[in-house]
Amino acid sequence: MRQGTIVPVDINPTRPLRRRLGGAAVALSLALVMAMAGCRRNPDMAEQPKYQPYQPSEFFADGSSARPIVEGTVSRDEHRVGTLLYTGMIDGKLADVFPFPITAADMRRGQERYNIYCSVCHGRLGDGQGMVVQRGFKQPPSYHEKRLIEAPVGHFYDVITHGYGGMYSYAARINSEDRWRIAAYIRALQLSQNAKTADVPADVLQNMRSNQK
Amino acid sequence: MPQIFHSSANTIAKASIFGVVFLVGAIAWVAGSVQRSPYVTGQGEVRDQPVPFSHEHHVRGLGIDCRYCHTSVESSSFAGLPPTQTCMTCHSQIWTNAQILEPVRQSFATGKPLRWNRVHNLPNFVYFNHSIHIAKGVGCATCHGQVDRMPLMWQHASLQMNWCLQCHRDPEKFLRPRSEVFNMNWQPPTPEHPDVAHGNATSQLELGKYLVKEYGVRKDQITNCSVCHR
Repeated sequence: MRQGTIVPVDINPTRPLRRRLGGAAVALSLALVMAMAGCRRNPDMAEQPKYQPYQPSEFFADGSSARPIVEGTVSRDEHRVGTLLYTGMIDGKLADVFPFPITAADMRRGQERYNIYCSVCHGRLGDGQGMVVQRGFKQPPSYHEKRLIEAPVGHFYDVITHGYGGMYSYAARINSEDRWRIAAYIRALQLSQNAKTADVPADVLQNMRSNQK
Repeated sequence: MPQIFHSSANTIAKASIFGVVFLVGAIAWVAGSVQRSPYVTGQGEVRDQPVPFSHEHHVRGLGIDCRYCHTSVESSSFAGLPPTQTCMTCHSQIWTNAQILEPVRQSFATGKPLRWNRVHNLPNFVYFNHSIHIAKGVGCATCHGQVDRMPLMWQHASLQMNWCLQCHRDPEKFLRPRSEVFNMNWQPPTPEHPDVAHGNATSQLELGKYLVKEYGVRKDQITNCSVCHR
């Protein structure tokens, strides 16, 4: 029975169009897939023959593409070697003055830097009870002991720069100006622990009181 | 003439012509999904490291600021990986016998840097700079997730271009005050807790609009191709 039936030839003119559309869709999606794959897989673009920061290198013996600075190099920023700003000293003695005037903005910056780099051991109050000390690090002296209250401000600059006792140098992490700002903030911390209400300017005091409410 | 095709061939032919569109669509969809999946992007995948460093312990447990180790994040394109000396600032005195820290001590003794495996790796044809994002109020956690909850480091976001563009198109939805950039637990303001210091904003959108203006975020320019592909 079925063998006898004739398959009608569809003369609907939209058919070839559909077929063409289908073909176009196949081509398009193939192109799309290839294009998407291209972005990621093209090794020349995604992995260019250059060093990204801290990328390993087979060329140097220590395996690092980042090269240490040649010994004795003077930073362009630190061309004023030997000045108070960079040594913390005047005539070979630790200075008790700042190399630049400390403004409120400097003090805020000093506070911020202190809280980042110093408070982990020295504590936010400067009492030497930071979190790392509570976890077993050798306790640093409190800033509020007599020896450090009397120490010249250059001493703090010097310790941050060169380290002291169990403390490593922070010179690589904190630039000279910020070291002085931290020293200024340490001075503020020292004042804060023995301050009286009368020491606070009236307008600041009012602000503090309204904040407290 | 003998009949070659069964009459059902008509239906099959019609269906297959129509079906090919869906098939192609399905292939494209699957390819697209794979392309966006963590399988390709590495999103959420913990990378093996020579030392199982825990951000959770150091950030959440000890309260160490991001910048203690990632020192150049505010001033350079690269956030900065700490030199071994930074690890040894504390670990010369605490956990000195811990076996997991042996590679750190080795590195310190020999001067050979530790070889960490990069977690966030952008293709080289993308220019990315950390410092400008910090300066315009993009929080660390916005891109890196709550790192203080990551015992081992993983990639929080897909790092694909459409992900970047979400924020480059609508920075208002993501910006926060500069002072809160390094805060892992910052929450956007709400009507109950408006941000008094920033235009009394009561929502992320209000705050974002204020900050876009305040920080001079140039919305008309940051979607230009050459901003990231230079």
